[in-house]
Amino acid sequence: MSSPFAINGGACVAMVGKDCVAIACDLRLGLQALTVSNNFPKIFSYGDVYLGLTGLATDVSTVSDLFRYKVNMYRLREERNIAPSTMANLVSSSLYERRFGPYFVSPVVAGIDQKSGKPFICGFDSIGCIDFAKDFIVSGTASDQLFGTCEGLWEPDLGPEDLFETISQALLNAVDRDALSGWGAHVYIIEKDKTTKRLLKGRQD
Amino acid sequence: MPGFDFSNHTRNAALHARGVPLPKATSTGTTIVGCIFDGGVVIAADTRATSGPIVADKNCEKLHYIAPQIWCAGAGTAADTEFTTALISSQLELHSLSTGRKPRVVTCMTMLKQHLFRYQGHIGAYLVVAGVDPTGVGLFTVHAHGSTDKLPYVTMGSGSLAAMSVFETQWKSKMTEQEAVTLASNAIQAGIFNDLGSGSNVDVAVITKDKTTLKRGYVKPNERSQKQKSYIFKRGTTAVLNEKIITRQEISKYVTVSELEGGETALGEKMDLDV
Amino acid sequence: MTMFSQNPLMNGPNYSFSQTPTMASGANKEHSFYPYTDNGGSTLAISGNDFMIMAGDTRSTSGYNINTRYSPKVFKIGGTTSSQDDATLVLSVVGFAADGHALKEKLDAIVKMYRYQHGKPMSVKACAQRLSTILYGKRFFPYYVTAILGGLDEDGKGAVYSYDPVGSYEREQCRAAGAAASLIMPFLDNQVNFKNQYIPGSGEGHALVERAKDPLPLVVVEALVKDAFDSAVERHIEVGDGLSMMLITKNGIEEKFLPLKKD
Repeated sequence: MSSPFAINGGACVAMVGKDCVAIACDLRLGLQALTVSNNFPKIFSYGDVYLGLTGLATDVSTVSDLFRYKVNMYRLREERNIAPSTMANLVSSSLYERRFGPYFVSPVVAGIDQKSGKPFICGFDSIGCIDFAKDFIVSGTASDQLFGTCEGLWEPDLGPEDLFETISQALLNAVDRDALSGWGAHVYIIEKDKTTKRLLKGRQD
Repeated sequence: MPGFDFSNHTRNAALHARGVPLPKATSTGTTIVGCIFDGGVVIAADTRATSGPIVADKNCEKLHYIAPQIWCAGAGTAADTEFTTALISSQLELHSLSTGRKPRVVTCMTMLKQHLFRYQGHIGAYLVVAGVDPTGVGLFTVHAHGSTDKLPYVTMGSGSLAAMSVFETQWKSKMTEQEAVTLASNAIQAGIFNDLGSGSNVDVAVITKDKTTLKRGYVKPNERSQKQKSYIFKRGTTAVLNEKIITRQEISKYVTVSELEGGETALGEKMDLDV
Repeated sequence: MTMFSQNPLMNGPNYSFSQTPTMASGANKEHSFYPYTDNGGSTLAISGNDFMIMAGDTRSTSGYNINTRYSPKVFKIGGTTSSQDDATLVLSVVGFAADGHALKEKLDAIVKMYRYQHGKPMSVKACAQRLSTILYGKRFFPYYVTAILGGLDEDGKGAVYSYDPVGSYEREQCRAAGAAASLIMPFLDNQVNFKNQYIPGSGEGHALVERAKDPLPLVVVEALVKDAFDSAVERHIEVGDGLSMMLITKNGIEEKFLPLKKD
């Protein structure tokens, strides 16, 4: 049997731009080589923070619901939205709590800190080690391909329009070289007081 | 003591028994070193984190805070080094508060080894513990299974042999601070260039009885060169099928939380609802 | 006692498999010899209208060690002398370095013999077919390499032929092979064949017109190769040290060497 991370397939990527961040995912849900659905988004919104989850689909759903619960509880206690950096630590400690029985997910967090206006992205391994990056974060079965496209296409201080093109091209070309990812994509361009969500045209094979 | 949650363990063990491999954790396939000098101790680390043959993080922090005068360099499973040092740091601060004394390096080392021994090596943290306390200068290594060493110069991680070769040829007793920093940095660079698991920059922490200095990016010998061309796309290159703009204003119109203050109604911070 | 060494829930061993003995203590241990090693590294070839570029990094690795920082993977094939000054073909091999070396020597000898017997250099098309035959000849003890053959075809156009270890081959516009192939290939799809790129304003959604595959000039391809390798070096630990490039035009083969990061 293959790795739990590669049963359902999927890819997710986040990038930093000038006063904006972007996060994108593919839409495939598969069972090994068989595609079951072409509408399985892997990005979840928690107010000002966006969470991308790739890996085992059952854990993607479980973990996204778990954080919906945790973030709602945070909001009720604090009467404010959770900040991206706080979310990062929440994700990290929640995953490490299950150090010896992990969820098979590779999360990505993206958002803009509403206080400072600074873009924030980070990634995690399945047991909660945080990868703070100034440029981009990738995850999923197409992570190797995404590392290649992002490392080649990304540059600092891209505005929201240019960042959209760069993250979209990085994702689409990466998933086209991965048999387990693709079938369309969602892209979120996050600015301080506006988020633009786009559905991309991608190969359906 | 962390409250580890084992509720997924049975499921994962069942999967594992059917031949499913364990998840690939980010490992700091690392070079870390420590070296004492006259009046203090220096620890240093590279900044590469890998996942298999892929570089997961080009500039991660492997020097962890324990107490103001005690720092730790970590190799092995990245999450384990991060959380183990944070846990011991927390316990040591409480201990220091309750005893009213400065924390000691031996105490830290003992707490670490007892924690790691309890988990029989399953917590994959390999650490270099260094610091200055009222009893003097301390430098130890702690292995994941709980064994420890006390030496004047130490190396750990996949680049430990490369780094140790530098120490074994150039180390001398009674070095100055600058000599020790340079030696530690050279040892890390030996790891960076000769061990594939190590790379990018050198981080250094110098601890003396007066203060600790963290030199993040002490040497940066591996900056990426300028790209040959720009890869900005013409706007409109990507095919978009649907677009939706979500503004914060729009979200907050559903719920607002108002605070009542001194009779008049004050508008509190708006609470947002999900889209 | 079995209660403690076995997981009663699954009637099997515990989670920590690394510690459990894999066979009963008295059973004979089977010793084995694995004849292959992976020496890492990556190669890349792009063909243009009247040229082709073959490139490869020069690092050779085993595990976390570097064997050497200069062991080229790109070779000229079939010159009249050992200097290969008048060669017209290039071959890159990545994977198991010893097999790569043996394969290169074998192909070189065959192409040299062809030149001696026929009084003219072998065409890239013929050499491509011959290389496939050589690889398939070792179908059940393969050369553990991914080979790429390059040259100019009968019309003077750049030609790239890529192979799997047992001789299946195909002519392509561009190809990346080796450790960082998965990183480089999607970048090349996008920047050489303009995959997923549309002409801005040419329509809406599905009606957009795809960007045409204009052949790239030599300077642009050279820049792409350097940037592709710089990216691979950033993210793959087995790629680095040096970049050896061969530019094939009607004027012959030009060799270039560029430094790469050494960490």
